[in-house]
Amino acid sequence: MNNSLKKNTHEPFLHITKRGEMPIAKAWIVRLAAIAASLLVSAAVIVLLTGYNPIQVFKAMFSGNFGSLSKVRTLFQNIAMLLCISLAVTPAFKMKFWNLGAEGQVLVGGLASAACMFYLKDSLPNIALILIMFVASILSGIVWGLIPAVFKAKWNANETLFTLMMNYVAIQLVSFFIMLWVPSGSSVMGLINADSRAGWLPNIFGQKYLLNILIVAVLTAVMYFYLKSSKQGYEIAVVGESENTAKYIGINVKKVIIRTMTISGGLCGLAGFLLVSGTNHTVTKELAGGMGFTAVMVSWLAKFNPLVMVLTSFLIVFLQRGAGEIATVCRLNESVSDILTGIIIFFIIGSEFFINYKINFKSKHKEEK
Amino acid sequence: MLSTVCAFINAAIIQSIPLLFGSVGEIFTEKSGNLNLGIPGIMYMGGISGIIGGYIYEKSAENPIPILMILIPLLSSLLGSAFLAFIYSFLTITLRANQNVTGLALTTFGIGIGNFFGGSLLSLFGETGSISLIKTGLCYKTPLPFYTKLGLFGETFLSFGFLVYLAIAIALISSFVINKTRVGLNLRAVGENPATADAAGISVTKYKYLATCIGGAIAGLGGLYFVMDYTSGAWTNNGFGDRGWLAVAIVIFAIWKPKSAILSSLLFGGLYIICVYIPGLSSSAKELIKMLPYLVTIFVLIIISVRRKKENMPPASLGLSYFREDR
Amino acid sequence: MSDIALQLKGITKRFGSVVANKNINLCAYTGEILSLLGENGSGKTTLMNMISGIYYPDEGEIFINGQEVVIKSPRDAFDYKIGMIHQHFKLVDVFSAAENIVLGLGEQGRYNIKNSSKKVSQIAEKYGFDIDPEKKIHEMSVSEKQTVEIIKVLYRGADILILDEPTAVLTPQETKKLFDVLRKMKEDGKTIIIITHKLHEVLALSDRVAVLRKGEYIGTVITSQTNEDELTEMMVGKKVDLNIKRSDPVNPQKRLEVKNLNCNNREGIKVLNDVSFEAYSGEILGIAGIAGSGQRELLEAIAGLQHIEQGDIIYNDPKTEKSENLKDKTPLQIRSLGVRLSFVPEDRLGMGLVGNMDIVDNMLLRSYRKGKSFFLQKKEPKTLAEKIIRQLEVVTPSANTPVRRLSGGNVQKVLVGREISSSPTVLMAAYPVRGLDINSSYTIYNLLNEQKEKGVAVIFVGEDLDVLIELCDRILVIGSGRITGIVDGRTAKKEEIGYLMTNSNGGKDNE
Repeated sequence: MNNSLKKNTHEPFLHITKRGEMPIAKAWIVRLAAIAASLLVSAAVIVLLTGYNPIQVFKAMFSGNFGSLSKVRTLFQNIAMLLCISLAVTPAFKMKFWNLGAEGQVLVGGLASAACMFYLKDSLPNIALILIMFVASILSGIVWGLIPAVFKAKWNANETLFTLMMNYVAIQLVSFFIMLWVPSGSSVMGLINADSRAGWLPNIFGQKYLLNILIVAVLTAVMYFYLKSSKQGYEIAVVGESENTAKYIGINVKKVIIRTMTISGGLCGLAGFLLVSGTNHTVTKELAGGMGFTAVMVSWLAKFNPLVMVLTSFLIVFLQRGAGEIATVCRLNESVSDILTGIIIFFIIGSEFFINYKINFKSKHKEEK
Repeated sequence: MLSTVCAFINAAIIQSIPLLFGSVGEIFTEKSGNLNLGIPGIMYMGGISGIIGGYIYEKSAENPIPILMILIPLLSSLLGSAFLAFIYSFLTITLRANQNVTGLALTTFGIGIGNFFGGSLLSLFGETGSISLIKTGLCYKTPLPFYTKLGLFGETFLSFGFLVYLAIAIALISSFVINKTRVGLNLRAVGENPATADAAGISVTKYKYLATCIGGAIAGLGGLYFVMDYTSGAWTNNGFGDRGWLAVAIVIFAIWKPKSAILSSLLFGGLYIICVYIPGLSSSAKELIKMLPYLVTIFVLIIISVRRKKENMPPASLGLSYFREDR
Repeated sequence: MSDIALQLKGITKRFGSVVANKNINLCAYTGEILSLLGENGSGKTTLMNMISGIYYPDEGEIFINGQEVVIKSPRDAFDYKIGMIHQHFKLVDVFSAAENIVLGLGEQGRYNIKNSSKKVSQIAEKYGFDIDPEKKIHEMSVSEKQTVEIIKVLYRGADILILDEPTAVLTPQETKKLFDVLRKMKEDGKTIIIITHKLHEVLALSDRVAVLRKGEYIGTVITSQTNEDELTEMMVGKKVDLNIKRSDPVNPQKRLEVKNLNCNNREGIKVLNDVSFEAYSGEILGIAGIAGSGQRELLEAIAGLQHIEQGDIIYNDPKTEKSENLKDKTPLQIRSLGVRLSFVPEDRLGMGLVGNMDIVDNMLLRSYRKGKSFFLQKKEPKTLAEKIIRQLEVVTPSANTPVRRLSGGNVQKVLVGREISSSPTVLMAAYPVRGLDINSSYTIYNLLNEQKEKGVAVIFVGEDLDVLIELCDRILVIGSGRITGIVDGRTAKKEEIGYLMTNSNGGKDNE
């Protein structure tokens, strides 16, 4: 940050200090400016790659998201799933527990649902089967989340690395079961119960995915109030801010870690259930499709506020789907959406610096004297 | 039997090289206190940058010279991965962004770049088909000239392209630099206790930047090895798979020691393909065996947490950003 | 006196809205020992951190040997041959002594830790230090670590040495040894600046004394021409009899009995050794001692935050007249027994309060469990917050301001206000006036006295002996984890307490 040292003559060119507090309005202006800048850079990247003019680019993005009813439906479905996983990781993050294992927790949740569908088939009434799947998924997610939590609480094992590794154990577990279930040795599992539709979440009001979306909407509100107004949410905030304070007022930190990861893992399991029962009706290694990681960013960008997460997950899904549309039209690879996601996150997390720190330039420093 | 064992060892070595590059690069980075979870993305970037460099050269030169067919992809790979590591450094060191979030975003970004250009490079140049740089691949695969004279031993241990030996050399050099030089001492101090390093007159910022960028470049070579040597110059999207995360796992398994990373990579590489060499395995059991590397890593993580031996712990400031005037 | 080695002109440093140093002018001559004297929080350390490159001044100039210099980093400071020994050691735990000493050095030639170790041993021998260069820091005692710090500076050939409260962690013998070393270095022509607030050390060691008060430079005097009274006056302002009111305890009853308490710290080292005492209702029991003698562990053991190896803590309930043993109980269990124990910890923002939460949410810390509802009740804490702001005159924009944005005194008022709001029967306060201005300090003294008059057993851990003597009814002196004496606050002499504080071996006899 400082330039090379030249003795006796120059003061540092830049000098960075911590800001006391930036007004909330101003902070949001900085964030919006960062989003605008990232959109400009994204547009520039696409223009360079496709030769489109920027207006065409944004038009294509828009039509990719809102072009037809089925596109809108998928858009909201994608937002709902990303939001659901983001909500799941948030309580853990607020406690400063880096749950990077959402991917795996979603997977085992989905796997549990798929297993119920596969083994029980239509032997039970559909509503009972769905309930069993629901419970099984949440329990599996909880188990997957609790393993690292227990080792963190008891021996302070690094949860970032632990949860990360759990993802790949889950992926292999899914592969194992697919191989077990698909006799041909093919690694692809087709729709489960395609004929009987047993274990499929029903369409409500004739709309596919609507149930998923409604469940996540309710979850968003519940999580908002849980974190903001409940005693447990308050304990999470205290543990996240200062473990010493938590101990001082008699909070059992280990208990809070375990309880919170139960919630986090359970909600990831729920997301797995929604993905298998309400969306894909099958299980693959790519069930979570990286959303477990994207959720980390969504939650972080929203500063752990569930309502803001609706916006950040919309932003990211919108961008990804828009970029996907452009890629299809131009016969380019759809991974362009990942590039854009990266760019936009770089800009927003970079902008936090300008909210938390103040840069004093040399000239200004002189004037103050 | 012996030949099967030798074939297995040979294959394990081949599998271990991308992991070795990746883990040594990440060890270097983590020694400075930066937990770079962007390593998987950086390795994709290292692969695709090499492909792009090689493609452009193969396409433009009428008679490509072997040495340039090696150097150009090598250089573009190093630059590409160092550039991504630089983005990470700028965000986490200068702008003090959260390391986990930045790293994950970088992985998304890097894999995106890899798959995008891997899938679209030809159409961007108005061609069709899939990328296959056979000539460049052959240059990278050139083995030591005398290995055939050494019989089975030569076949097993010496039949590789130069990147294999480079990987081992880099691991040994890294070990030497980290443990036996002044630079290494300073680097470890930065990762353990940046405030102390700063007070001792070490430029924390410089060390973090350099370690992260050099570490990124080393890790990127793993991607380059994969596309040029392992797949002989061909790119398939997502072909590199989750090897990047496996490399992150090895860092833990090797308890942050580059020398141990050599054997750990070999072990993980072996586990990655052992199922092919065990006769009569069902395809589902194979998937369980592939789970082993992650399970043993978790096991090691638990052991070091329970034992709490200071020397085996991760660098103390791992994952935290440093601001001198914090109080 | 010879040349000026170091000169500061108009140095100002702010942290946010707090001015830590205001227009400081100061100089140190070559070959002298200069004491930098000031109370806790007077800005001594901040000032020296700017010379050693940790902080960068907002305004002002620094001159070394008459030349204006810019010190942007510790590396620059080394280049000007300035070395600082920080109060909180800057050592890498997993490195050996020698590795720490050569850290960051741009020595010529190949790196060879064995040669460096030899050189370290030579320096140690020359000054009479006892050190094993290959020993890891995390295996060392505090005084060994300090030795490593000093050798580190000597190894670099520093001409200007700054020591930040070096004696705070040392035994009297170790202190004497250190002073001998410092005098030797002075004879070598080195300039030594020693930060302290202990007057007798200033008088014994230094050539001149510079005094800071509340971030401002007060003046410099020659040691041989001054005395304790003058220095105290410079340090605290006009010579004041502290004039803290003290009433006689009314109807004192045994509230808390600590019996043969033994505790280990996290590293497994014994920090409390057979501590026994009683605290009575309606009195203030002072605890005096050198920092880190076990005060923190003692209070935390009573509060249920520290594991007790051996011993008992008996609480006598004034209402039910039952006795409860608090040993091995968590803070929650202690509260559920009906023990109204309040604790103002030393680390206000790191333990007593949450810096990023507002005043209302900080009130909730103690009361959020109330009621059966799943949700928080914010009405009561809001009323309490407003009451504390009003009654204790807390300066804050609103009750919804994060407490980290308040000044030190106001933070402490919020914390103490909350702790006494639950009408405790035992109130423990660790260094409650540290870093506070005079007015805030008196507010706190008055609050403690009020509690005492209400019949609360108050335990006050302090560092300023004058305050302890004027405020407390009895003073318990602790040295290296043992009780070295219990004196009557009304008759005790400062020297007597000072002697007990440093005499940690006599504990057994005094009990």
